[in-house]
Amino acid sequence: MSGLTLQDLRRTYGPTVAVDHITLDVAEGELVALLGPSGCGKTTTLRMIAGFVPPTSGRVLIDGRDVTRVPPYARDTGMVFQGYALFPHMSVAANIGFGLEMRGVARHEREARITEALRLVRLEGLGERLPHQLSGGQQQRVALARALVVNPAVFLLDEPLSNLDARLRAEVRVEIRALQRRLGLTTVLVTHDQEEALTIADRLVVIDRGRVRQSGTPKEVYERPADLSVASFLGRCTLIKGTVETPGSFRAGRFLLPCEGGRPGDRRVLLLRPERVELAPKGPNDASALPDGFPGRVSVVTYLGGRTEWLVETDAGPVLASRNTPASDDVLQSLGSGDEVHLSWRREAGRLLEPEYEPMKEE
Amino acid sequence: MAQLSGGNGWRYTRQGAAGIVFAIVLLPMVTVIWLSFFDDAVISFPPSGYGWRWYLNAWETHQFGRSFIVSVEVALASTVIGVMLGTAAAYGLERGKLPVSGAVQTLLLGPLAIPGVVLGTGLFILFVQIDNTIDLRVVGTLPGLIAAHTLLTVPWAVRLVSVSLHGVNRSIEEAAKNLGARPFTVFRRITLPMMRSGMIAASLFGFVQSFENLDLTLLLTGPGRSTLPVEMLNYLEFRVDPTLAAVAAVQIAIIGVLMLVTDRFVSLGRVVS
Repeated sequence: MSGLTLQDLRRTYGPTVAVDHITLDVAEGELVALLGPSGCGKTTTLRMIAGFVPPTSGRVLIDGRDVTRVPPYARDTGMVFQGYALFPHMSVAANIGFGLEMRGVARHEREARITEALRLVRLEGLGERLPHQLSGGQQQRVALARALVVNPAVFLLDEPLSNLDARLRAEVRVEIRALQRRLGLTTVLVTHDQEEALTIADRLVVIDRGRVRQSGTPKEVYERPADLSVASFLGRCTLIKGTVETPGSFRAGRFLLPCEGGRPGDRRVLLLRPERVELAPKGPNDASALPDGFPGRVSVVTYLGGRTEWLVETDAGPVLASRNTPASDDVLQSLGSGDEVHLSWRREAGRLLEPEYEPMKEE
Repeated sequence: MAQLSGGNGWRYTRQGAAGIVFAIVLLPMVTVIWLSFFDDAVISFPPSGYGWRWYLNAWETHQFGRSFIVSVEVALASTVIGVMLGTAAAYGLERGKLPVSGAVQTLLLGPLAIPGVVLGTGLFILFVQIDNTIDLRVVGTLPGLIAAHTLLTVPWAVRLVSVSLHGVNRSIEEAAKNLGARPFTVFRRITLPMMRSGMIAASLFGFVQSFENLDLTLLLTGPGRSTLPVEMLNYLEFRVDPTLAAVAAVQIAIIGVLMLVTDRFVSLGRVVS
């Protein structure tokens, strides 16, 4: 009983390699999110798990059984499609019951399980409606119920929230996670939305150009990105080029900046997450300035409601800092474009990464 | 206020324009129906009286009754055959991975673009050749007419069913497969019902196309195997009285009822646009 295993999975289309040697183990009850820019191969991977795309090489195992050559209708997967893919000519109940019917479940048991599934996704009493009579969020929940009701060994979600508006997205995300936990479903979710991936997954797998770039808990991947492409794809960051001067100190132009360690002489890129950058206005007598600060000038202030971002021009390039929006009596409140500030951060907040830069492309 | 009345002005202009278009479309039909009730044998304005006389005359003219039956037979058969062939073709073109599907689609829509007289002449020569070569009589037979009219119904079926399939997200069929449906079950339970509206619309349009066709049919009819439009033309050669208007009015009524009935099953406006 080991959920889902992908062994050295590869898929090519002519000369194009869509999925390049992906190996992945999804434990029973685990939710793994495949994250990457569009066209990175994550959807192809999901479709290989469901059986819609035959792999060029490699194997797919569900609960230890090799299903690589098994057609989709004989695999025990439940998939939620991006556009929901509800059957437009069937009622909600018939949609949900379709999988049970195909499995030869008797009518009275089917009806009981449909009712149960409708209750699970909070759509009691809407069984007789046609899909087009439901809102987007309700349709999404029907798609969930339809995939869940057959108790699949593997639950597959293809960009499940991309057709919902922002408010509904957060709501349905929480619902999906709660259902998945409650039912202990082995789940693979595909998304290009980093927030979705960070909040919902037990484990994140960042994919680019068909290859796994990094795999780990959302926290690990965000805090300790394996390379520059992962760092810049996941979350916002500032990157500064330079050289390690001594362990814990990084030279960028004429400034020495705090960093997490490093070997003297190495050329590196310093990665700073905006929420780790402290910012203080430069007062007339410099009393409020931070002791080992790094001077800069605010160029843009972006008010995001609960949070505020400051883009600060420095001699080493623009640095992004963010903070919960300051209260009206906070000195930061009055900062505007052109004001001089001091920036600082803890040593461990300055991550050092190899300078090879291969940005992930959003196509 | 000024802006508001300007908006109203625009709305009235638009409604007026739509009204004029409707009038242009409906006027000939209304005229034909009106004419059919004139009492005079020679059409003149104003008529000396109104009556059902020409309807009775049409009923008693056996050539109309006989050819009406032939027309219905031909239209029904060619519609059934055409919709079956056209649906199969549309499904193959939309879902198959044919490298030349564009060319095949154009070919299948071809009969719509060729003038009926040209098509009819070509078919006539072909039928005569068949007769000469394998001694099988085709011209003037019911199967020959049905075969010819199937050329009229196939393009409509290909077009309308393709459109109804084209709008369908292919992942709907994948979802059925994912839930355990084998390929044939997917076709029967999911794909076919989604093509249904296109097929119904194609049946209606195919039927009407075949029923009212004159130019293609002209050369292919035989004694006792003539369609209604051809008989109407024959009648016109000898007599000009409102009998034809009466026959036409009956046709308009039949097709109108057909459209209303069809519209109950599928919204025609949606399928055709």
